[in-house]
Amino acid sequence: MTTAAALEGVTMRFRGHTALTDVSTEIQADTITGLLGRNGAGKTTLMQLLTGHRVPTSGRVRVLGQEPYENDAVLSRLCFIKEGQRYPDHFRVCDALRAAATLYPDWDADLADDLVRDFDLPRKRQIKKLSRGMNSAVGIVLGLASRAPVTLFDEPYLGLDAVARQQFYDRLLADYAEHPRTIVLSTHLIEEISDLLEHVLLIDHGRVLLDADAEALRASALTVTGPARQVATFGSAHELLTTESLAGQSRAIVRTRTATASRDATDLGLSVERTSLQQLVVGMSLSASPSAAAPTDHQALQGAPR
Amino acid sequence: MNDDAGPIFRQIATQLEDAIVDGSLAEESQAPSSNELAAFHRINPATAAKGLNQLVSDGVLYKRRGVGMFVATGAREQLLKRRRSEFADQYLTPLLAEADKVGISITEIAAMLRERGSRA
Repeated sequence: MTTAAALEGVTMRFRGHTALTDVSTEIQADTITGLLGRNGAGKTTLMQLLTGHRVPTSGRVRVLGQEPYENDAVLSRLCFIKEGQRYPDHFRVCDALRAAATLYPDWDADLADDLVRDFDLPRKRQIKKLSRGMNSAVGIVLGLASRAPVTLFDEPYLGLDAVARQQFYDRLLADYAEHPRTIVLSTHLIEEISDLLEHVLLIDHGRVLLDADAEALRASALTVTGPARQVATFGSAHELLTTESLAGQSRAIVRTRTATASRDATDLGLSVERTSLQQLVVGMSLSASPSAAAPTDHQALQGAPR
Repeated sequence: MNDDAGPIFRQIATQLEDAIVDGSLAEESQAPSSNELAAFHRINPATAAKGLNQLVSDGVLYKRRGVGMFVATGAREQLLKRRRSEFADQYLTPLLAEADKVGISITEIAAMLRERGSRA
């Protein structure tokens, strides 16, 4: 595997605020990476650094082997679709498509036309007059049809209904399969995209919490339920993320450290369920936050759809 | 896919095995490609490929260069043999554990099986 992008010890400080602290990670070429984290975790800052929109306070950013900042050789091979992307005021959908065709060397006009039809976009309408969801759809068309070797989507689905989001995921998957490239996708809708991801990068308060293969992560997350003592015993051998107790019974989300963990839990008399990537991410973010023990957080976790 | 049913690549492999066992994917016929599996199951193509490769290393599928993956001759018999040998572990162990918990004797289980079996 080759590395498409890398951050080495990157810290990003704004006035009185540190957005990223000593972040090091590598994004492998031709994979789909999910960039996950709570609001304000630093996801957008990380994407801005990768796309040369910002220069790190310290540390090094490399994309396709070079520093991206003011580097045309790199920037011409990048496509960054921002949340709530703004376009020049007078731009109609067709103007944005024409501009993109000149901007991205690998632009596929047929794919763009297909997508415009799929998302029912009115070519002649001014983008600023489009609904939130249609504005997002324009970004998705540009991001996919750019076929850029490194494509970043920062929460590209705002305002999109469930049908359009599914179309986005299906089109992304189909086009990625035909034309493998490096995709970085930041999202809060973890459940919807978890099966699409090959790699997961979870950041929290500007630090990397998790940087792992998605399949390995899924295998390592378990929810165990049973007598409180046994749950505690099992939890102490692994990474205990959240626990809830009621009348001597406990339920815990655990990130396991051994391959035999599931059997060990069963041997302790615990019932074992696999745990979704979303539950694991919520558990890790909660256990990393200073208010981890707050009951409201637990309520929020409980309310999360499976 | 189903979070309770193990790693996704394993689920892909199991579904293809099921299709081979029940005959819907015949021996020497072409298996779906990783891209087809990815699109159908809405999963990452690398994960789908991992499922296929598992079946290749098990000898259930084989690669024809530039064409795709095919079901090996004898794959069905091989899978049936393995599943028969796994039957006791997969079905009898949990059955006996639950029977023990609720106080059903082996003799009673045997009687139940005979009755059900004759009805089936």
